[in-house]
Amino acid sequence: MAQEDLPFIRIEAVSKSFGTFQAVKDVNLTIRKGEIFALLGGSGCGKTTLLRMLAGFEDPTAGTIFIDGQDMTGVPPWERPVHMMFQSYALFPHMSVEKNVAYGLKHENMTAEARKTRVREMLDLVQLTEFAHRKPHQISGGQRQRVALARALARQPKLLLLDEPLAALDKKLREHTQFELMSIQERTGVTFIVVTHDQEEAMTLADRIAVMDRGQVKQVGAPTEVYENPASRFVAGFIGSITAFPATVAQLSGDTATVAVPAFDTTVTARAVPGLVEGQSVTLAIRPEKLTINAVKPDLGNAVAGEIKDLAYFGKDSLYRVLLPKGDLIQAHAVNARRTAEARPDWYEKVWLSFEPASAILLTE
Amino acid sequence: MAAPPKDGKLAQWFHRRGWQDMIIGIPYLWLILFFLFPFCIVVAMSVATRTPTAPPFGFGGENPIINLAGYARLFHDTLYIRAFLTSIVNAAGATLLCLVVGYPMALGLTRVSKGSRNILLMLVILPFWTSFLLRVYAWMGLMAKNSWFNGLLTDAYNFLTPAAWAVKSIPMMHTNFAVVVVMLYTYLPFMILPLYANLERLDRTLDEAAMDLGSKPAQVFRDITLPQSIPGIIAGGLLVFIPAAGELVIPTLVGDASSPMIGRVISDEFTAASDWPMASSVAVALLLLMVGPMMVYTHYQSKAEGKAAEEQK
Ligand SMILES: Nc1ncnc2c1ncn2[C@@H]1O[C@H](COP(=O)(O)OP(=O)(O)OP(=O)(O)O)[C@@H](O)[C@H]1O
Ligand SMILES: [Mg+2]
Repeated sequence: MAQEDLPFIRIEAVSKSFGTFQAVKDVNLTIRKGEIFALLGGSGCGKTTLLRMLAGFEDPTAGTIFIDGQDMTGVPPWERPVHMMFQSYALFPHMSVEKNVAYGLKHENMTAEARKTRVREMLDLVQLTEFAHRKPHQISGGQRQRVALARALARQPKLLLLDEPLAALDKKLREHTQFELMSIQERTGVTFIVVTHDQEEAMTLADRIAVMDRGQVKQVGAPTEVYENPASRFVAGFIGSITAFPATVAQLSGDTATVAVPAFDTTVTARAVPGLVEGQSVTLAIRPEKLTINAVKPDLGNAVAGEIKDLAYFGKDSLYRVLLPKGDLIQAHAVNARRTAEARPDWYEKVWLSFEPASAILLTE
Repeated sequence: MAAPPKDGKLAQWFHRRGWQDMIIGIPYLWLILFFLFPFCIVVAMSVATRTPTAPPFGFGGENPIINLAGYARLFHDTLYIRAFLTSIVNAAGATLLCLVVGYPMALGLTRVSKGSRNILLMLVILPFWTSFLLRVYAWMGLMAKNSWFNGLLTDAYNFLTPAAWAVKSIPMMHTNFAVVVVMLYTYLPFMILPLYANLERLDRTLDEAAMDLGSKPAQVFRDITLPQSIPGIIAGGLLVFIPAAGELVIPTLVGDASSPMIGRVISDEFTAASDWPMASSVAVALLLLMVGPMMVYTHYQSKAEGKAAEEQK
């Protein structure tokens, strides 16, 4: 177990420029063996570029990549223990499914019999045995995606790079394939790096997530860590929804901070973050599901007065937009635990919002 | 208000799909008028009998209605058999050389930046802007016994080979070699352009995928690029081979008069020998010889497509 915790991939101070444009800026990452690691970020933030540098299609302008302790500088793609599943799958159109999967194996020193067995195993793994003799244009998008996965896994790479593997699939197939990917990872033990711009997909799949913005890695951590303790407003806003307000630290006592929030027209308590000083300007951010909507003012804890401005009923839950005393809007989320309409706040109703001190996020950045 | 008059059948057809049919029909009309109809005349002439009249052939009278003597001579007279063989060998040689020279050029065109690509494509078709005859005469000048070009090659040859093999000049003019070289030069764009069109459409990520799976660039070319460019190779090959096999001007100007190509034979039969039925027989045979391989190819391709459709079930 201890050995598995050793960094398997080290990306050290890697940058990549195209002309004067910097697509990747000073990225440092370590990825452990057998991990599913997600690169999450908006369009054009450099995810594919980083992946292509790992696969060897682009050389970093600066910095070094180590895979399994070996410096990858100058190692061509065909000599790297890395396989990539392309955003467009890149199946060979003139070869059958079987030949596609077998393609990488011809460079492997193995008997024809062993090769055949491996191809059959791979097709079994992705449940495509009956389509072995079809050409890529004769199967569905989801099946193509599985062929691409089988082809990338056939040579038993140490590292598998997946560039938006599920982007082309519909919602249901995507959810199904997510679990399939996870179970394949468990069975094969291969390290996965998955690129995605879908935060839910990253949270479902990954052991750890790196959030990227304009070529830089903003935060790395487990899904819960990144969601509950975002390091910056960008990360907080990118993963899940959040409402943020400017605030000032009024008083510090132990790990509790009292902050004055002009938009709330009152002070609230929140869990202090290290390095906070009294009088400091901060941002108080709170996620919709951390708020409770009350008809009367609660006796204890943080309470903010408001008026329901807007509501969206989704069936199992509802989303409210609440007008605050100074005219700002805050989002609140409530589970519809009761069937009757009287139990739910209605339009223009005066309400009190409450939240626990630990639920509010103080951001200094 | 009176009801609008009901359209007649013809007008109805015209409104529904008449335009479409007419526009599709125009090329066919062209082909019928300027290919099928003249070809029928040639076929008719090929079975006529040679007479001393003008025009120099006739049917009926004391002659048989259908006279197959011309076709029979194709198989007996070695002149025709040799001419067909020379044509096929020369055309095949030119096609092969065009492929060997043109493929790297076409591939190179797909690998340069968009801006220089247009300039290079222009250069490929630039020779068409000068008269074809002028360019053949230029080659005649180059290959002549006492030209600087021939002198250069002669010096290089004499330098590289033992003194006993020394020559005064390299005999290039009036050989089949000269015919192949000039045809290579003339038809090269017809190979490059379809190949370029084919190669340019190929997805470069497939090359990366193959490299990713362990193939070196040469293997990527063999496994990925080459198989996908076969339609381009066939298109370019047909565009070079068919006109090259029937070529008249190049063999007449630079070729070996003692082993003529088939185009020269047809021309001689029409003019010098004034044997129109024989000339027509040779022309029909040439056409059949060209159409044969194309039919085989089309048949093979539609069969492959049918098989693919079969597998889909
Ligand atoms: N070959 C190139 N030449 C110039 N600029 C490039 C090149 N490749 C990528 N870029 C630029 O680098 C930036 C990052 O591109 P990249 O493909 O890595 O984005 P991405 O995060 O994968 O986005 P998406 O989610 O849309 O796939 C983009 O702004 C892109 O325009
Ligand atoms: Mg991308």
